[in-house]
Amino acid sequence: MTETIFFYAFALLTLGGGVLTITRRNAVHSAIALIVSLSGVAGLYLLQHAEFLFAVQIILYVGGVMLLFLFVIMLVNLDEAARDRQFNKQWWLALACVAVVGAEIVYFLRKGAAAFQLAQPSAEQMTQGNTERLADVLFSQYLVPFEVASILLLVAIIGSVIMGKKRV
Amino acid sequence: MFHPITTVHYLVLSAALLAVGTIGVLARRNIIIILMSIELILNAVNINLVAFSQYFRQVSGQIFAIFVITVAVAEAAVGLGILIALFRNKETVQADEVNLLKW
Repeated sequence: MTETIFFYAFALLTLGGGVLTITRRNAVHSAIALIVSLSGVAGLYLLQHAEFLFAVQIILYVGGVMLLFLFVIMLVNLDEAARDRQFNKQWWLALACVAVVGAEIVYFLRKGAAAFQLAQPSAEQMTQGNTERLADVLFSQYLVPFEVASILLLVAIIGSVIMGKKRV
Repeated sequence: MFHPITTVHYLVLSAALLAVGTIGVLARRNIIIILMSIELILNAVNINLVAFSQYFRQVSGQIFAIFVITVAVAEAAVGLGILIALFRNKETVQADEVNLLKW
């Protein structure tokens, strides 16, 4: 009961924030709506007993990525873009993509949705915390992808510094 | 209205968020909004991954979600760097005004 109410509340935050993000004229308003949406996603993680991802979502997305977006919005002059036309002529392509996703979901709901139930956390999941289990798997089974991700981040740092330099 | 929440609810929500993000990427002109819509799409993917991780009672899906977040952060950093370089050179943030490579 409580979980149902919280799910619908977080779903409303997520989708409402998402819709506001893509419809606002002012980029700062879009960024604030995106913060609301990302916080809703964080709440959904918490509902699914993914506590570590909840913390990562808040710290990294709401704290880090959105700060980056807001700084860039301040660095770039957006007054002219706000007065200009907001949507381009590809809306039919967007509608086609949405229609494909919608058809897929309707087919899924009619065919096999009844087979899915949300798994209750089992006993061993309760004795060992979410972060502990994640760390166990991440640093044993997924160690090589973890190290590759650090190389990716290094490349991203160097790339963004070079892109942001005065003379390219 | 008060059915118990199943994995299906999360999948439908994720599809809806994916659709919203796709509309944002394809229909908006402002490059900053396009980058934000890409973040929305990646978050829809993460909701899906965590829902299935919960469904199969394994943490692999959550590990994959962490990697998706890593890639999303790298993409945002490089994308915003490119945007600043673009604005310095062409004085525009509208995606369809950058048409040098267009047919």
